[in-house]
Amino acid sequence: MKEKLVLIGNGMAGVRTLEELLKLAPDEYEITVFGEEPYGNYNRIMLSPVLAGDKTIDEIMLNDDQWYQDNNIKLHKGKKVVEIDRKNRKVTAEDGTVEEYDRLLLATGSTPFMIPVPGNDLDGVISFRDIHDVDLMLNAAKEHKHAVVIGGGLLGLEAANGLMIQGMSVTVVHLMDTLMERQLDTPAAQMLQKSLEEKGMHFLMEAQTEAIVGKDRVEKVRFKDGSEIYADVVVMAVGIRPNFELAQNSGIHCERGIVVNDTMQTFDPRIYSVGECVQHRGLTYGLVAPLFEMAKVCANHFARLGIARYEGSVTSTKLKVTGIDLFSAGDFHTDENCEELVFQDAARGVYRKLVVKDNRIKGTVMYGDTIDGTWYFDLMRDQTDISDFRENILFGQAHLGDSGHGDDNRVAMMSDSAEICGCNGVCKGDIVNAITEHNLFTLDDVRAYTKASSSCGSCTGLVESILASTVGGDYSVAPHLKPICGCTDKTHDEIRAGIKSQSLKTVQSVMDAMDWKTGGCTKCRPAVNYYLLCQWPDEYKDEAQSRFINERAHANIQKDGTYSVIPRIWGGDTTPEELIAIANAAKKFNVKTVHVTGGQRIGLYGLKKDELPDIWEELGKAGLVSGHAYGKALRTCKTCVGKEWCRFGTQDSTGLGIKLEKLTWGSWTPHKYKLAVSGCPRNCAEATIKDFGVVCVDSGYELHVAGNGGIKVRATDLLCSVSTEEEVMEYCAAFMQIYREEAHYLERTAPWIERVGLTYVKERIIDDEEGRKAAAERFIFSQKFAQEDPWEERAKGGEAHEFTAIKKIS
Amino acid sequence: MSINWIEVGCLNDIPQLGARVVETPDGDIAVFRTKDDEVFALRDHCPHKGGPLSQGIVTGKKVACPLHDWKINLDSGEAVAPDEGCAASYPIKMEGDMIMMSLTPNDGCPNN
Repeated sequence: MKEKLVLIGNGMAGVRTLEELLKLAPDEYEITVFGEEPYGNYNRIMLSPVLAGDKTIDEIMLNDDQWYQDNNIKLHKGKKVVEIDRKNRKVTAEDGTVEEYDRLLLATGSTPFMIPVPGNDLDGVISFRDIHDVDLMLNAAKEHKHAVVIGGGLLGLEAANGLMIQGMSVTVVHLMDTLMERQLDTPAAQMLQKSLEEKGMHFLMEAQTEAIVGKDRVEKVRFKDGSEIYADVVVMAVGIRPNFELAQNSGIHCERGIVVNDTMQTFDPRIYSVGECVQHRGLTYGLVAPLFEMAKVCANHFARLGIARYEGSVTSTKLKVTGIDLFSAGDFHTDENCEELVFQDAARGVYRKLVVKDNRIKGTVMYGDTIDGTWYFDLMRDQTDISDFRENILFGQAHLGDSGHGDDNRVAMMSDSAEICGCNGVCKGDIVNAITEHNLFTLDDVRAYTKASSSCGSCTGLVESILASTVGGDYSVAPHLKPICGCTDKTHDEIRAGIKSQSLKTVQSVMDAMDWKTGGCTKCRPAVNYYLLCQWPDEYKDEAQSRFINERAHANIQKDGTYSVIPRIWGGDTTPEELIAIANAAKKFNVKTVHVTGGQRIGLYGLKKDELPDIWEELGKAGLVSGHAYGKALRTCKTCVGKEWCRFGTQDSTGLGIKLEKLTWGSWTPHKYKLAVSGCPRNCAEATIKDFGVVCVDSGYELHVAGNGGIKVRATDLLCSVSTEEEVMEYCAAFMQIYREEAHYLERTAPWIERVGLTYVKERIIDDEEGRKAAAERFIFSQKFAQEDPWEERAKGGEAHEFTAIKKIS
Repeated sequence: MSINWIEVGCLNDIPQLGARVVETPDGDIAVFRTKDDEVFALRDHCPHKGGPLSQGIVTGKKVACPLHDWKINLDSGEAVAPDEGCAASYPIKMEGDMIMMSLTPNDGCPNN
């Protein structure tokens, strides 16, 4: 017989736990749910838009009755549980309903705090917590004129905004001298107050409520200083408190909430708890993202996997008031150990503050333009060292995802028809609709439903911003360290470390040892294949089926299913003999297009797959080998003619470029990898947008790293200057090897260096001479096994099954 | 009507998690082999933009089209949501190690 799981609290945290559990172990339990409200599970963070008339109740339902039926879950709607009998493992509801449990989940959420003043129970005094409260407010707005909102925090301002839109005259009463003092500093709070005043909201600051006055229903609010204001409706929005009365009465240890450990277990091992009612490591949470992280952990333990831990959350806040962009995260209070970086432009209504300690972001407050909020939040959560770009950080992550379509990228201002994802043709409206219709909370959900940002990924920041502005900012942010894909919870770094420490040498053994839930996908299998190859260059047998077709066929697939062939032209230098061989091959195989590529090579386009080994054989006769133009591998080394011809040339850039390409060709890398050598600072070979670029100067060689000319243009960082070609070769090999060993698969050098910091790379390569030499040696060792021309092998008949039909029927 | 089975080749002619092509006068057919040695046949033409499915990465009982990464179910030929479309599937049976296929597609896909 199945064990019985009872959930008390039919809200977002509890039901999310059930959803996660059903994904992991659909048949583990007989599940029963008690909910106090007469509804299914709805999206509580969207109550403000409902009050403002932007949404209906139906639009914010997350799980309707059908969902419970479909999943064989017994739902007791509108029944409040009043007793937990832990000895006999039974719960009893107000109406006498009794259910037995083997495991119990408490997700009782929180209750609004009603300030203890006379009259707080009068008719017309409303809290702002559930659908019932919203109904009361909407009805009040129809019959009455004057509303007073007590509390100038997030909830109070959203309530005030909603009531104002419903036609009421609204006064916000706040105890402190600035609004949202837990999320905003004084300048931002003042800008917010000014904007809201311009919308018609009234404020009474530093006002302490003494009593709510009225006969049958509320008539006035009276303050400590004796003054009074007229009120038909009073909304109490001064805060929430964890609702743990039931748990406490049952003898479960509670402090400011129900105390749980990192597995979400209470002091009674059969009873778990998630959500706003919980106290974890001394903290309580009132935003949705942490609740979802808790849900995931709890479900993992219910499913008896026993491997997940909740380690606390970093949260951010966004105000859901149309036309006001506000973002706050972390701790923005400064002390003598912190520094403040501030950008303020009063005329444009823009304010940004970052609080920094030891070059790491501790908190941020943004007002007016919040597009970079998610970026700052990521930097804060990952505790990235910002010293390398600190001088520009306040100006934001330039060209955020819009690949140069101008800077008018404030998501909220964009029209629904604005194209967000240029690869898949997804507009803002499509994304917003998918989020609201399917109740999406995560970037991965949005990708699955709309495909936005699922191809090149350059619009990821924009999609995250739309998600944040649509669901209200506290959307489910990625866990502290992102798993490689949905197949496992392990991160890229954990997988690499495991491959090494456990001596794993096949893709299957990695999946077995690291808790893969599936047989792998197109994201993780190529990554694992690369990590194995990088770790065990002499032993690992490449798994062709885990490679994308281009790397399996050693040619680039084109839109019509034909392939391109691009032989290597060392350093961009060629000979009449090579050109004749290429021309002859192009004629013999009737090549449709001959194109000079951006990497100083010649591409032949339109070849059928079964012709590839033959044309490779033909080219091979003239000594031409694969250019790896199709792979996550060393591509080209672009050069200028240098001092051999150029009157400005300072060094032999062509000769050095050829040497570098001979050193590095054949190497597989996390993503494509390009080199260039320019003979003088005029930089005709464009070395400063390459992964590794050399700019020759009179005194030697400047080494530049982590440039990118693609999706997002990024100029290189100067690594150092050296004086001999031998040093260039050593630094080149060492940098490439450290990137190969430490970057995540499909992470180019530019985002890698932004993640780990230039300082770190300098420490590894410049300061640590021994480490540099060792890395260069590891690279050269690995090259012994990599530098075999794949075309020659296949021209001789290798991997024939890849290039021939299994059967031809005429 | 009896099915006209033709011999395609041996199971081991296709790599696990891979595919081979059968060329026919009516276009190519991709024959897939999963990790569990199940064999499926689909028209080698992605419902999206005609990409050769035989060249994709096989995961579980799906193949990812090499052109734009649409995921296609190997058993039904249906694209995985949110994409919509279908590649015709062909009956397959095993006789020992020999893969037998019919050139008459299964019903259910308008994209024949």
